[in-house]
Amino acid sequence: MNRINQKLQEDKKLLSIYFTAGYPSLNDTVGVIEELEKNGVDMIEIGLPFSDPLADGPTIQASSTQALENGMTSQILFDQLKDIRKTVSIPLIIMGYLNPMMQYGIEAFCKKCQEVGIDGLIIPNMPVAVYHEQFQAIFEKYGLINVFLITPQTSEERIRFIDSISNGFIYMVSSAGTTGAKSSFGTTQADYFDRIGTMNLKNPQIVGFGISNRETFNQATKKAKGAIIGSAFIKHLTKNGTKTIADFVSQIL
Amino acid sequence: MKKTYHVNEKGYYGTFGGAYIPEMLYPNVEELRQKYLEIMYEDSFQKEFKQLLKDYVGRPSPLFYAKRLSEKYNTKIYLKREDLNHTGAHKVNNTIGQILMAKRLGKTRIIAETGAGQHGVATATVCALMGMECIVYMGEIDIARQAPNVARMKMLGAEVRAALSGSRTLKDATNEAIRDWISNPVDTHYIIGSVVGPHPYPDMVARFQAVISEEMEWQLQEKEGRSYPDHVIACVGGGSNAAGAFYQYLDDERVNLIAVEAAGKGIHSGESAATSVLGEDGIIHGSRTLLMQTKDGQITEPYSISAGLDYPGVGPMHAHLYDSKRAEFISITDDEAMTAGLELSQLEGIIPAIETSHALAVFEQRKFKADEIVILNLSGRGDKDLNTYIDYFKL
Repeated sequence: MNRINQKLQEDKKLLSIYFTAGYPSLNDTVGVIEELEKNGVDMIEIGLPFSDPLADGPTIQASSTQALENGMTSQILFDQLKDIRKTVSIPLIIMGYLNPMMQYGIEAFCKKCQEVGIDGLIIPNMPVAVYHEQFQAIFEKYGLINVFLITPQTSEERIRFIDSISNGFIYMVSSAGTTGAKSSFGTTQADYFDRIGTMNLKNPQIVGFGISNRETFNQATKKAKGAIIGSAFIKHLTKNGTKTIADFVSQIL
Repeated sequence: MKKTYHVNEKGYYGTFGGAYIPEMLYPNVEELRQKYLEIMYEDSFQKEFKQLLKDYVGRPSPLFYAKRLSEKYNTKIYLKREDLNHTGAHKVNNTIGQILMAKRLGKTRIIAETGAGQHGVATATVCALMGMECIVYMGEIDIARQAPNVARMKMLGAEVRAALSGSRTLKDATNEAIRDWISNPVDTHYIIGSVVGPHPYPDMVARFQAVISEEMEWQLQEKEGRSYPDHVIACVGGGSNAAGAFYQYLDDERVNLIAVEAAGKGIHSGESAATSVLGEDGIIHGSRTLLMQTKDGQITEPYSISAGLDYPGVGPMHAHLYDSKRAEFISITDDEAMTAGLELSQLEGIIPAIETSHALAVFEQRKFKADEIVILNLSGRGDKDLNTYIDYFKL
């Protein structure tokens, strides 16, 4: 069974952390992953940096630009992750935009993911229809789970369709906006979390965008299975480097 | 089935196009996709659109027989005078259409991206006309180099927001506009300035710009007794003026289409914007098309002396016209364009935008027969480029 599905069966709220591969320094990727697992994080999203990350706010944009300046590429990421499964057992997901994956070759990219032990992909600008018609068979061949996004504006009909073609979890975008930390959620988010929570979807939901601390984590996971923290963690890395990851995680859990 | 170079029902031109957008944009883009054709072809829409094009933009734009230019190159050259439109270029045809679309969609806030500022000015203009809030994203570097257009937009009541990310030019301004739309999904319409972006934008913008070739047909009929020329020449950055000039002739193979890209300092100089030659299949701003990128799929920064042509991609219609060889693609360097711009000024008394000067430079590159009819889309006037001309020619 895919590590993501296994993890989703655990009887707890899941904390997933996003970070940009090759940030703060090119060779920090593996160290950050190991440190996050050691401190109790349940799942990791490894950001493959892109020059034009449309869905991201300033924090992740800046970390992507820095990672690219550090020399990060798809091939270097796969090289860095070559032995990751010798030390890390939690689910690992690559989150990135479609263009770098297309240039690597979608099938070659998926094959590499399987070789190094990646469990799933999140590609925010991959249309649901294109996945369904062109890529689903390839993803399945290499045992990869594709994670789709839904937002407060996604219609119920579309959520049901996305649920029907998902086989891991649904990435629930907390509010209209790009990635970035918020200090708390308002009633609009609470209503949305409730609404999705009562839809009885077959896939569990993990909330992302705007989660930054214990308060927002708890609000987001009242109904959902877990939450993803990205920008707040990147900010922590920018300020404190990779030595104090334990402090960051302990603020949430 | 008859071969067509128009968009298909799924939003593709061949393999190019589509809507590669984050889910956050899906409801807006989908609403537009479902409604744009219906709205555009409503009688009341067409009536208002045509009235504004006539009374506000000043259409039809003349089709002018360029006698001295024709004599020099020994062929029959007509200039389609988009430079005479209000705001000085073809851009306003699209912004008029899209603001009417936005109103019918119930939107109250308009956002746009701009490179040189022409589309920003055209958007700010129609927002002033309609009393709508207008925010224009512009790269920080472009704001510094295009001060007069920034001032125009402000005078027209628009807010100009600096795009501080990435290379701080047009592609980043487009990214910022898209991010704004993600954050304001309900009240905002995004007026894209070219035939780029997710479907239905390339097709919608092409249809608004199609007025250019619709007029060419009857104007040429009056002058030459036939509605089609042998060649249509237009410059291509994203490709909106070319899309408009080609539109009525896309499926008419009697007409040779010539798309002119900016070679900058030379195609292989590392400072170029010739996307058809240097680009690879990929995804930019929600569309699958040809774009300039690294082997690893990072989008690179183009260069051209003309701020309207330095876009790293090209509209999906043009990617398909290139790929299918329906259109002929020619690259023109900075130097060739500047020389051609000066030549038109002195032969015909028309100072063209530097974008258009690239199209004009084709006459030095490629011979036409004496009895052939060539229409060149004179997409914009050169007022905005005076400083560049002054610096270049030490005027």
